[in-house]
Amino acid sequence: MSLDMIQMVLVTVLTAATPLIIAALGELVVERAGVLNLGVEGMMVCGAALGFAAAVETNSTLLGALAGAGAGMGLAAVFGLLTVGLAANQVASGLALTILGLGLSGLVGAGYVGQKREPAPHLYVPGLSDLPGIGRLFFGQDAFVYAGLGLAAGIAWFLWRTRAGLILRAVGDDHAATHALGLPVRGVRFFAVLFGGACAGLAGSYLSLAYTPFWAPAMTAGRGWIALALVVFASWRPGRVVAGATLFGGATVLQLHAQAASIGLPGQLLSALPYVATILALVLLSLGRRRGGSLAPAALGRDFTPHR
Amino acid sequence: MRLDLVPRARRSPLAEALSPVLAFVTAVLIGGVAVSLLGVSPGAAFAVYFVTPLSELWSLQEIAVKAAPLALIATGLAFCYRANLWNIGAEGQFVVGGLAGGWVAVATQGSAGSTAWILPAMLLAGTLAGIAYAMIPALLRVQLDVSEILTSLMLVYVAELLLDYMARGPLRDPAAFNFPQSVAFDAAARLPYLMEGETLHAGVLLALAATVIATLVLGRSLFGFATRVVGESPRAARFAGFSEVRLTLAAFAISGGAAGLAGVAEVAGRIGQLQPTISPGYGFTAIIVAFLGRLSPLGILAAALVIAITTIGGEAAQIDLRLPLDLTRAFQGLLLCLVLGADVLTRFRIRLVSGAAR
Repeated sequence: MSLDMIQMVLVTVLTAATPLIIAALGELVVERAGVLNLGVEGMMVCGAALGFAAAVETNSTLLGALAGAGAGMGLAAVFGLLTVGLAANQVASGLALTILGLGLSGLVGAGYVGQKREPAPHLYVPGLSDLPGIGRLFFGQDAFVYAGLGLAAGIAWFLWRTRAGLILRAVGDDHAATHALGLPVRGVRFFAVLFGGACAGLAGSYLSLAYTPFWAPAMTAGRGWIALALVVFASWRPGRVVAGATLFGGATVLQLHAQAASIGLPGQLLSALPYVATILALVLLSLGRRRGGSLAPAALGRDFTPHR
Repeated sequence: MRLDLVPRARRSPLAEALSPVLAFVTAVLIGGVAVSLLGVSPGAAFAVYFVTPLSELWSLQEIAVKAAPLALIATGLAFCYRANLWNIGAEGQFVVGGLAGGWVAVATQGSAGSTAWILPAMLLAGTLAGIAYAMIPALLRVQLDVSEILTSLMLVYVAELLLDYMARGPLRDPAAFNFPQSVAFDAAARLPYLMEGETLHAGVLLALAATVIATLVLGRSLFGFATRVVGESPRAARFAGFSEVRLTLAAFAISGGAAGLAGVAEVAGRIGQLQPTISPGYGFTAIIVAFLGRLSPLGILAAALVIAITTIGGEAAQIDLRLPLDLTRAFQGLLLCLVLGADVLTRFRIRLVSGAAR
């Protein structure tokens, strides 16, 4: 296998991993603040629909991506109002968000089924992008891919190197103590939820603007759920989210190649691989840390109502 | 401005009964606005969604036939959700139940001699398959502490692909001109119709029986009590000596079995053969039904009927008013959001206080 072929494979792996990276990073911040938002799939699919619709109407990929992030944020605001504001059950509210998001995305996208756009433009740096073997991988991706990687670095810096990040983690670990310190628990949580929604929406718009540049109903195909699993798999650490998403991207690409090469296995078995791999990853992770305690934020999924 | 929640000392039964109604009315009002934005008169849409389905015998039967699997699955899920266990893979358990039951029907196709045992065997196979499939996330949770939410959901996709493979591959009817479907089941493998020449089948009775049994078990048995205690106060449950492991496995078995039974009732009742997809998302809609019914069996029965009416109405609205089917789905998601929000009113008094958000 030549160097260029290896590069081709790595490029497809990275593009398959990008929506997972962006969505999972957003959810990571939400969960670090102690909120479990299971509505990633719904926010993502809404981002895909609205992002594509906006991009077609304005003929701008950037505006499409912003609209997608806004759609995710809007749904996240509903979720935040329910769970952070009204202390409603987080698991059930997240499921409601997914169902609502799938329905809304169908409504928004109905007029755009079958339309196509040019995929988001790729970076081209004369000289650098033409480097054999590494040029396209490092200097020839679209903006989403760089945004995803930049987001990982930015979130890691924010969570462990800033005071605001420390507060966010404290809220997620012990909301009663942070409340006693006079810190705005519900405010922090609400902003974290909004951020997570924007990321999920952006990840969705990547699917409809760059990965496969068209809209199809329910086109996220469970990626939002895989992103949720990735956060657990990554032990709530941004770097490991990128690594885990790349593994999953690899599995997806492998499955597509195997299907194209028709190696004699039923297509359904190959399609089931990412889901089975997710379960296996969670099992292996759990086996691997039998000795240590749980790495999850201590207050994850517990609602908070300040008493006085 | 700040939103303050003050816990109520006592839950008012009136508020508990009224909160889903309030949520439903609000959802209908918002739906009306959405419908008029789509250029349809809200009054006409209301009539098509909620009145017409109730005015004809065939659509009343359709409502019952659609409500039955929803009620059956949601009743099982209530056990899980009351114990704070999140089985959201009922759709997968429904599908494997239908597949297992359908397999029995295909395997016994045209068998000579007594055939009275075939239908009970199908129902049993479907229930057991549903239980077995639900045991995967349950065992992973109690043994390895793996989140049952993610595993049960991932298994939905796997189950759907498995059914797709079986219906197109090993179980396909060779005489079906390459249509991806199994042979049509024998009469002995079909649930009997309750009225001559109509569509109402005996699966409806299964749902009613489940409601009665679940009411008794949840309200009158030690197991039902333990389920509630584990969900509402795990610490108290541990002091009382209730085994969380046993309870987790039991709750998952009940919900998986109910979903599997609903699956086989669907293929043996309405469909009558195996197809690549056998469910229009019953397992997910049942989650809405469970919460809309406040996790009580009787409430769930009522909620299943309401959701079934909107589904039938949604199909009619698609034809008569050209309203998209996704509107119904969005409405159901909105309804669940509002039900969860309204639930807060039963637990807290809400006060608006001026000042910064805390």
